[in-house]
Amino acid sequence: MINASPVINILSLSRFPIYNQLVLEEAILRGTTENWCIINDGAFCPAIVMGISGRASELIQVPEAIKAGVQVVKRFTGGGTVVVDHDTIFTTLIVQGQSLPHVDPYPQPIMKWTEGFYEPVFKSFGEFRLKENDYVFQQQKFGGNAQAITGKRWLHHTSFLWDYRAESMSLLKQPKKAPAYREGRSHEHFIVRLKDFVSERSAITEGIIEACSKSGFIPEVRNLTDAAKALQGSNKICGTKLVDLTTALQQPQ
Amino acid sequence: MALRNTALALASVGLRPNVPSIFCSLLASRSFASVETGYLYAKSHEWAKVDGDVATVGISDHAQAELGDVVYVELPDIGKTFSAGETFGVVESVKAASDVYAPISGEVLEVNSELKDKPATINADPYKSGWIMKVKVTNKGDLSKLLDAKAYEKRNRALSSESSACWAIQNLSREE
Repeated sequence: MINASPVINILSLSRFPIYNQLVLEEAILRGTTENWCIINDGAFCPAIVMGISGRASELIQVPEAIKAGVQVVKRFTGGGTVVVDHDTIFTTLIVQGQSLPHVDPYPQPIMKWTEGFYEPVFKSFGEFRLKENDYVFQQQKFGGNAQAITGKRWLHHTSFLWDYRAESMSLLKQPKKAPAYREGRSHEHFIVRLKDFVSERSAITEGIIEACSKSGFIPEVRNLTDAAKALQGSNKICGTKLVDLTTALQQPQ
Repeated sequence: MALRNTALALASVGLRPNVPSIFCSLLASRSFASVETGYLYAKSHEWAKVDGDVATVGISDHAQAELGDVVYVELPDIGKTFSAGETFGVVESVKAASDVYAPISGEVLEVNSELKDKPATINADPYKSGWIMKVKVTNKGDLSKLLDAKAYEKRNRALSSESSACWAIQNLSREE
């Protein structure tokens, strides 16, 4: 018996606010059973996005961030803290387990699969691989990722750095835990800009849509109205929150 | 036994029954996850140890091994009530936030506050000091839907064989 290829809904956005994107993603993850690939080519405004266990007082230069007026969001997935803006390309894969029966719904098998998913997108630009759970060219990181798993359904989202500003990165404290391959390097030597490897942003966004077909899905183009139906569902769980930094200011730095 | 059956299954669909070493290690690691007798298990890999009207809840050795190093546990509020199968918390590991589900309906009486500072206790001792919450059981009928240790272990072995065969077929068919 030949199984039909699963459908994946493609939603292409540009300059969509990251807070709204995360709320939408979580609603789709928890409230629907469809597969989605969401691409947001740039955030609407700069923001700092922490993982589910993040504490602003430990991860952010709070007084400087307040002065900069940057939005701070705590997301519903694991992982670390990122600074995002219009030069960040976001990609989110939301997958129903039965669509990929050979991928166990646990962190390492999922990331092994996503490494294979992104390989055709990036391999022509550099020596691409997943290294200690980061997307890298050789030893330099260009994309941070995080996941949420609910039963056999999972979400894997990535922020790819087309470009970044050193002054924005300076709003983050050095994390207590860093991957071994970082070897104590500063941000400037550890993270690379995709624009230094790829001539056009569209090469990445279009490559990701092609990767959906190469991974055995049938892509179907959707719009924001289609996706937003998930927000009307009965799911009440929402782990995405805006963070009030003035509260963090009162905590030990 | 599982390896032999998988090799036969592969051969029956015309694939070479050569088993990559990683496939063997996958099977081996899952086969050695421990179970605790006297506990009851949900298919989603949470356990419940019932003592009268109170049940202690945690996640199984299989679950903690698959999740990896736990770095954070989102504990429920005391007094909160859950139905069996409802999400009661989140465990973070390897950049992933994974939902955990109430194996039985109940009201939260106590949470393991040690997990706030030492979340890796779940990895080190999932069945004892790695407990997550204690609940007052509100529907004892839920217990009949849980698996005993033997049935849970048997189910895990069957799922492990199935999953590894799926992986092998996927990867071997790429080589063909």
